Amino acid sequence: MQKIFKKPQSMTKIPMRYCPGCGHAIVHRLIAEVIDEFDIKERTIGIAPVGCAVFLDEYLNCDMIQVAHGRCPAAATGMKRVRPDVIVFSYQGDGDLAAIGTAETIHAATRGENFTVIFINNAIYGMTGGQQAPTTMPKQKTTTSVYGRDPKIHGYPIKVCEMLSALDGPVYLERVALNKAANVLRAKRALKKAFRIQLDGLGFSLVEILSPCPTGWGLTPRKACEYVDEKMISYYPLGVYKDLTQKKPT
Amino acid sequence: MNKRKRLSPKSSKPKRSMLKTKYKTGERMLMKGNEALAEGAVRAGCRFFAGYPITPQNEIPEYLSWRLFEVGGTFIQAESEISAINMLFGASAVGARVMTSSSGCGISLKQEGISYMTAAELPCFYASVVRGGPGLGNISPAQSDYFQSTRGGAQGDYRVICLAPNSVQEMGNFPKLAYDLADKYRNPAMVLADGLLGQMMEPMGFTFDFIDVDKLPPKDYILTGCKNRKRRIINTLRMDSDRLEKFNWKLYEKYKRIKENEVRYEERYTDDADIIIVAYGTAARVSIDTLVRGREEGIKIGLIRPITLWPFPRKIINELASRVENFLVVEMSIGQLIEDVQLAVEGKAKIHFHGRPGGNVPTGEEVLKAVKQALK
Ligand SMILES: Cc1ncc(C[n+]2csc(CCOP(=O)(O)OP(=O)(O)O)c2C)c(N)n1
Ligand code: SF4
Repeated sequence: MQKIFKKPQSMTKIPMRYCPGCGHAIVHRLIAEVIDEFDIKERTIGIAPVGCAVFLDEYLNCDMIQVAHGRCPAAATGMKRVRPDVIVFSYQGDGDLAAIGTAETIHAATRGENFTVIFINNAIYGMTGGQQAPTTMPKQKTTTSVYGRDPKIHGYPIKVCEMLSALDGPVYLERVALNKAANVLRAKRALKKAFRIQLDGLGFSLVEILSPCPTGWGLTPRKACEYVDEKMISYYPLGVYKDLTQKKPT
Repeated sequence: MNKRKRLSPKSSKPKRSMLKTKYKTGERMLMKGNEALAEGAVRAGCRFFAGYPITPQNEIPEYLSWRLFEVGGTFIQAESEISAINMLFGASAVGARVMTSSSGCGISLKQEGISYMTAAELPCFYASVVRGGPGLGNISPAQSDYFQSTRGGAQGDYRVICLAPNSVQEMGNFPKLAYDLADKYRNPAMVLADGLLGQMMEPMGFTFDFIDVDKLPPKDYILTGCKNRKRRIINTLRMDSDRLEKFNWKLYEKYKRIKENEVRYEERYTDDADIIIVAYGTAARVSIDTLVRGREEGIKIGLIRPITLWPFPRKIINELASRVENFLVVEMSIGQLIEDVQLAVEGKAKIHFHGRPGGNVPTGEEVLKAVKQALK
């Protein structure tokens, strides 16, 4: 009998502890597949954030480091400058990347550091129990905006790809979603391209992934996917926000 | 996709020909404290610096911004001190000898990262060139960050090895000592200076040879990609309380070893002393003047200058307290070092205090007056 679907080599055997329907688990697998396909497991260092994905180092079967809340891009900068030949990716939630770590994100991007950022936008703080995130959408309810986010009170969310696309530094910025199989495949293509860019030494790449958090949203896994489809994608349009590989370098 | 011109900043690989020794070992020259510290760090193997400007330490990043490129290293002016220390976290995790420097407010912002480095058992070297505080304070020399340096302001049961130079010569020498201790114990080590030591010029000469970083002992915990070995993980999250307790006891043992083996201090004229001044850094320089003036007048002054502020030279002070009745603590603060002296003396002698906070430096005469007052 021929095996046609198996666990990527770049994943460990440890069972994941994410909630049912959580996007993190899907993205972990996609990263492992990309690492396998490029055959770079032995030269990759992954950076786990503070957030639900703090356990990423248990699940990916390569050298891993976990850093302070929001500071992955700074640590990635240090690693990549000392060892330009290793492949470095940081994996960050929206609180990590767009609240406490906003400065690190923007400055690593504008310096054009040659590493890859995988940005999980689930519009909520998952790990701490569902508080408002910098990406929580207007009207969305959280435990610190119980009547729903009101821009007059809480301000507006941050649109990360749009914001970073104004900078000269990034080479590639794309937003994808995990709500259906076709989009998951697109997400993998985007991740693959981001790693390719790093392998070619071209510079900063970031893939934003709209990702369901059924627990934080108080929805079933299926309803959470529908929520991504109906609410998130209209607020955070999918697509390529910047791609310098298409243009001639100036 | 076509291979095309690299768009990102390229880290330069050290070329043999680039490893400029610059100064011969033992060669005497006039140097500024901050620059001696910076060059001392490069000689000792520093190949990665990230920092954020703050007076009175700006000569350190300014010097390293060109000097590190000469030796194939990396200099980054970070967007904040928080980012800088986390860049060190990454760079140290992949094996480089790393450095940052700052003053009061900036060190405050680095504290979280320093705690993380102790938790990850990653070596790093940083310098704090102290200015007046609290708050924005001022940019004059002070010693009000003694607690900040020896106690730390960040989370957890951790310690940082703290070296206190009192001359430009020691500013140049201590980075090597700090790197060696940091690597030996896998823990951050720092130099605590002040604005005066950073800014003043003195004759000095490096007493150690330019270190070839390729010949440093290999580290078996760094991340390089898991080629031909099991994968490595650096993680400071220890969710299981038994596991975290075990780790804390491991740190306890390590810190105990440091306390037993790494205490350093300078002792002057303690044999016949009627009073012993305890002071470090600039305050110790001033106190040496006091000691000379006092001895000329027949007042038997001795001096203990702690060189390691942590681990603190507790034993020698405790021993001296059994036979010397008076101690005078001189520091440029409202009293921080004095608490360590009190702990060391264990109530066996009288402890007097002369403090000058706010960016003022005491004079030798002024301290002599305090000595006479204490002996009344
Ligand atoms: C300095 C600091 N502040 C706060 C926390 C507490 N904290 C842990 S995870 C988290 C939010 C994580 O949210 P997000 O980045 O969106 O990731 P998710 O859990 O949703 O995947 C916070 C605030 C911390 N660990 N460190
Ligand atoms: S709380 Fe949300 S993000 Fe965290 S594991 Fe559960 S579903 Fe995933």
